[in-house]
Amino acid sequence: MEKVKEILNRYGNSKDNLIQVMLELQNISGTNSLPHEWVVFVAEALDMPVSRVYSVITFYSMFGTEPRGKYLVEVCKSGPCHVSGAKNVLQLLEEKLGLKPGETTEDGVFTLIQSSCFGACDIAPAIKIGEKVYGNLTSEKLSEIVDSYREGQHNR
Amino acid sequence: MKKAMSMEHLDAIEEIKKANLFGRGGAAYPTGIKWEQAYAIQKGPKYMVCNADEGEPGTFKDKHILSEDPFELIEGMTIGAYIMGAKEGYIYIRGEYAAIQKIVKSAIENAKKAGYLGKNILGREGFDFELKVVSGAGAYVCGENTALVESIEGKTGRPRQKPPYIKNCGLYQMPTILNNVETYSCIPWIIKDGGEKFSSMGTEFSGGTKLMCLSGNVNNRGVYEIPFGITLRELIYNLGGGIKDGRKLKFVHLGGSSGSCFPESMIDTKICYYDLKKAGFSLGSGAVLVVDDTHCVVDYLKTVMEFFEEESCGKCTPCREGNHRLVEILDKMTEGTATMDDFNKMKSLAQTMKTTSFCGLGQSAPMPLITLVKYFEEEFLEHINGKCRTGVCSMSGKAGK
Ligand code: SF4
Ligand code: FES
Repeated sequence: MEKVKEILNRYGNSKDNLIQVMLELQNISGTNSLPHEWVVFVAEALDMPVSRVYSVITFYSMFGTEPRGKYLVEVCKSGPCHVSGAKNVLQLLEEKLGLKPGETTEDGVFTLIQSSCFGACDIAPAIKIGEKVYGNLTSEKLSEIVDSYREGQHNR
Repeated sequence: MKKAMSMEHLDAIEEIKKANLFGRGGAAYPTGIKWEQAYAIQKGPKYMVCNADEGEPGTFKDKHILSEDPFELIEGMTIGAYIMGAKEGYIYIRGEYAAIQKIVKSAIENAKKAGYLGKNILGREGFDFELKVVSGAGAYVCGENTALVESIEGKTGRPRQKPPYIKNCGLYQMPTILNNVETYSCIPWIIKDGGEKFSSMGTEFSGGTKLMCLSGNVNNRGVYEIPFGITLRELIYNLGGGIKDGRKLKFVHLGGSSGSCFPESMIDTKICYYDLKKAGFSLGSGAVLVVDDTHCVVDYLKTVMEFFEEESCGKCTPCREGNHRLVEILDKMTEGTATMDDFNKMKSLAQTMKTTSFCGLGQSAPMPLITLVKYFEEEFLEHINGKCRTGVCSMSGKAGK
């Protein structure tokens, strides 16, 4: 809760900052999600009903209310990626990670999800892991990327 | 900036009007007139807001400006603030661009240090302007101006009833000047070189240049700055290097997912708001998705409608239910189990959505459907008869019978 307080202090208790506060909280949660206790805490601090806070966070696709993997692997499925082979990318990742969209690996490292266009259509088919975008994907490239995250080398 | 500060407010707006600048986000409203109207409103404080939500699939031009020339945008907004007397501005950047938000934030810090933002800008007593980056959190509908404003206020991003318009009653119920990234970025050029010079780069009906986003099955994908007036064919074949792997162009999806799809026979249309409108299309955000003949129109359309099904905000029935039903029918079509009845239902539903949806999302969501059916009806009928000419659809339903 200390960390939650710290972020709330930084933003002040104006309701306008709800989305910004929640984005930061999710970032530090370690589970890519917003635990119920945190939501309740924020609701009280901003003097809002808990249900109102949930109505906001469940509206936006970036928020999760259930724990998710440390890395969200997002496979774009919008038009431009679709015509550039997004289905193959999804299939390869499903095999590589042993997941269906929406599932998380047992070690809690990866969650596979499908997403809408994130503006990387010039390098389609594209995926996004955390804030990083990878494009022009081939089977080998995908393997390398996944391995680099498994080994913690992705920031090199 | 310095030049703008030496000009009369109304003269600066006059230059923007002369420039023939139309809003680059998609709605293509004349910017000069928008600013003139906003200027005339005698209420305050006024807010400057930038729409950097760029959620339209196939669009990645604003990303380019935000990450490579954020100062151009900052300058455009600051000039606007000077004219309007606004003290605060917001740049609403989609959550998916988290890495880019950091770049823009640091650009704002640097501009502040250099005296281009903050208090007494460029030494002018009383000219104060603070700029803040606000993050979206994954909602396509927030690209709609009223939904965007709701979202800045920390709420669910559902569109508001219009009127009142944003310019009268926007952020915190105050007059708000809201433009797209690319639009603001044109302002410094217009002020510096004059409206006429800017306008002369385009056509009679569309001033200046436009950033086009080329994607799909084309050799050189990317962002291209083009003068208005060149044709789509020139963009795709000259700049874009033609279709990948020597294949044939099947159709172009123009303006993002909510835009029109049309076949090769129509790509000699000039890129100009007027010419495109005459042909029945709209330039939208400037996205040009090129699709080759290995793709199936029904399968493609299903992907597009799934996008709208997901992104519908749920406020009104035609869009919330309509997109869902369309996906259902398209699902059946790709499996080979749809009937003629389904096809007719799909067409009439599309018209209902177009005319009765609450906001632009629901009104334009059926555009790709309507245009694909118009130009490729045969292929839809083939699917009803259990055949997919490209072999993309499994047609498992028919085979299973
Ligand atoms: S048209 Fe769609 S996005 Fe717009 S208000 Fe209705 S449900 Fe929401
Ligand atoms: S369509 Fe996939 S990133 Fe744009």
